Amino acid sequence: MVKRIVVGAHYGLTDWLAQRITALVMLVYTLILVVSLLAGPSPSQESWRALMSGSAMRFASFLCILSLCYHAWVGVRDIWMDYVQPVGIRLLMHALTLLALIGYAGWTTQILWRL
Amino acid sequence: MATLQFKIYRYDPDKDEKPYMEEVTVEREETDRKLLDVLVKLKYKDDSIAFRRSCREGVCGSDAMNINGKNGLACLADIDDLKQPIVLRPLPGLPVIRDLIVDMTQFFKQYHSIKPYLINNDHPPERERLQSPEDREELNGLYECILCACCSATCPSFWWNPDKFVGPAGLLAAYRFIADTRDEATNERLDNLDDPYRLFRCHTIMSCVDACPKGLNPTKAIGKIKDLMVRRLI
Repeated sequence: MVKRIVVGAHYGLTDWLAQRITALVMLVYTLILVVSLLAGPSPSQESWRALMSGSAMRFASFLCILSLCYHAWVGVRDIWMDYVQPVGIRLLMHALTLLALIGYAGWTTQILWRL
Repeated sequence: MATLQFKIYRYDPDKDEKPYMEEVTVEREETDRKLLDVLVKLKYKDDSIAFRRSCREGVCGSDAMNINGKNGLACLADIDDLKQPIVLRPLPGLPVIRDLIVDMTQFFKQYHSIKPYLINNDHPPERERLQSPEDREELNGLYECILCACCSATCPSFWWNPDKFVGPAGLLAAYRFIADTRDEATNERLDNLDDPYRLFRCHTIMSCVDACPKGLNPTKAIGKIKDLMVRRLI
């Protein structure tokens, strides 16, 4: 195979945009969480369970988990792109990162929704 | 007259096995105001030291170097502002040819990749392609770039991927033509940059803005390119 520098993958924009939107989602979720915890009754297992088991909160938690994973995917992939030059190893790192994040998303959702 | 202390990066690939820092002193005269004045004096004393310079007034961009850890032009750096010993190194991230001279090939390759010229296939008018004063205003802060490479050579994204990331200087030039109302290739130019490496290696750390000896703002130009891409997308 010829060794040429190939660029032009045409996907930078959507990821850049998604990273900003997911950051906003996480910011709003954090604010909701902080306000709910401060405004609610003294922290206990019951109050925590009551807060996290509401449908709206479940929806928001799920959205935040997905946002965190997508945000982390773009960020971690950027690190591999900068520091891991061999294409084969980079592809492997990308795949492992993606699979790990999907796993984490499922696992976290399961933990939070079971409350 | 005052004595100035210098620590200068020296490397002659024909003679030296590896680079080293040389400590030298130069007598400063009252007429020596800028770093370049003293460097020229140093060159008289030891003609083996190599650096580029030409216009000596901040227009040609030849004498870009790393001065006390920050990229800048020797001809614009006031000696009075510099802490001694004045540490001079070549622009970081670019291959060293000798002493303070770097190989700018990669930098100019990226500059050329954005097609730094007006593309307009319309029939040329009788006299010239005119712009309104407002449209012309858009080009201020863009066209003044002298391609000294101070910005790109201070950008970590350019250090890691100089072959794929256009770099702040190239992207500033790209926006200069995107913003030009006489240019007709906006879509092609945006297509050319829509890439995880070419444009989106920029993580807005603004090191380029800090380094630019002409006071330009590549980060702002990069932001405007991204804005245009978003506008085109949605």
